[in-house]
Amino acid sequence: MDGGGAAELREAHRLTGHSDRVWSLAWNPFTGSGAGPVLASCGGDKAVRIWKRSPDGAWHCSDVLEDTHNRTVRSCAWSPDGKLLATASFDSTTAIWEYSGGDFECVATLEGHENEVKSVSWSSSGSLLATCSRDKTVWIWEMQPGNEYECVAVLQGHTQDVKMVQWHPFLDVLVSVSYDNSIKVWADDGDDEWHCVQTLTEADNCGHSSTVWALSFNKKGDRMVTCSDDRTLKIWDTSADLSQPKTGDDHESWRHLSTLTGYHGRTIFSAHLSSEDIIASGAGDDTICLFTEVEGPSYRLILKKEKAHDMDINCVRWCPQDPRMLASASDDGTVKLWELRGNALD
Amino acid sequence: MTVGMINANPVVHERPERAAHPHAADALDPLDVFDTVRDIKDPEHPYSLEQLSVLSEESVSVDEKLGRIQITFTPTVQHCSMATVIGLCLRLKLMQNFPPHFKIDIKVAPGSLANEESVNKQLNDKERVAAALENPNLRQLVDECLCSNDSHSR
Repeated sequence: MDGGGAAELREAHRLTGHSDRVWSLAWNPFTGSGAGPVLASCGGDKAVRIWKRSPDGAWHCSDVLEDTHNRTVRSCAWSPDGKLLATASFDSTTAIWEYSGGDFECVATLEGHENEVKSVSWSSSGSLLATCSRDKTVWIWEMQPGNEYECVAVLQGHTQDVKMVQWHPFLDVLVSVSYDNSIKVWADDGDDEWHCVQTLTEADNCGHSSTVWALSFNKKGDRMVTCSDDRTLKIWDTSADLSQPKTGDDHESWRHLSTLTGYHGRTIFSAHLSSEDIIASGAGDDTICLFTEVEGPSYRLILKKEKAHDMDINCVRWCPQDPRMLASASDDGTVKLWELRGNALD
Repeated sequence: MTVGMINANPVVHERPERAAHPHAADALDPLDVFDTVRDIKDPEHPYSLEQLSVLSEESVSVDEKLGRIQITFTPTVQHCSMATVIGLCLRLKLMQNFPPHFKIDIKVAPGSLANEESVNKQLNDKERVAAALENPNLRQLVDECLCSNDSHSR
């Protein structure tokens, strides 16, 4: 990197408490007055931990959510208003937690998947929830009054386990990524019937050649990044609005923009776009990389942080309230909070 | 229910004599790794993976600098449905015996299995490995293969 004030990723806090690998992280999106950032983490110890910043700037674990899932908690997601936390588990259930009266209470359990649930995501309105599983299906759930969740669609199309689901930042468009190497885009046809509206594959779209582990959208919704066991990150132009039923032959669709290769030596498990459009990636090589988009569009490596953890990095997440704070979770059982300093966007 | 064995008559080799091998105290060499896994019991037979030639010293490679252990094993028959169980046994044994920062890659020998590619993909998907080891039936099978070897090692 050239010039003064080069970007640097500084370890600011190390959060310990999980007794097994940490799989996933979720920042509470609520940005109300006085509330500091809140982070949820979950992992192989079957527990969820809630982390908060104290007035003195230190971080502490305020709550431990346990005894509900009896296997690994693979992922967690806050509702858009920050009031509910959903947790997906290898025990084949998804739990919904509500913070009330000073405690987290499990207010609903979503059952139906045949085996491990791997990911859960809330739609931007908060009225829909998506889950995915090793059973190769994606389920869409509608929130009803009284903490009831009704399954409104079971999406079949992947030929292997589905690793992650993520809603578009403001459209009711859902993306799933899979062990079958494909990325699928799902939308409803206006009649509450959900369909796969696009499949991104290696053969047809310069897609991935092995398991796709994760995806993330930027805030504007016109970029998506995916990462894979093939050790690449791929950037997609997602500006076409796939939420509208297709009319005629004009094939508006998402398309491949760029492939970032040669930066990670092992499986890339996580990628996340910040509100400043900085891509963070975390991988099985214990390394975190940051990238930014430049004219072209093409992508430039901002920095590479080797040995960011002692073991595989499973999840990286930018803090919504502080676009220069990154959280990472690892097989080493720790969560780290990083500060991005210097001129990252030069 | 009686299920036919995948390989009813495997070739069994003598358990070779083993001498303590000298090596530097800190360095990890392939023989250390082989010593740890050679006596794992086959899921189907009362023999060790070494006795069935599923594993040999040449199966193991170690790159200490990169912190990497790689094992390539050879299932006894082309259609061995036990290959994934053997792979799980190897991984768990290594996880239990070597520093956790080692990266472990487990593969079947090229050409040794009809569905080689899919087995290799499964064995190296850590999420599927984690889920499999939380499955009580599979875990019991794996634990049985691992515990039988204690009397022989070192």
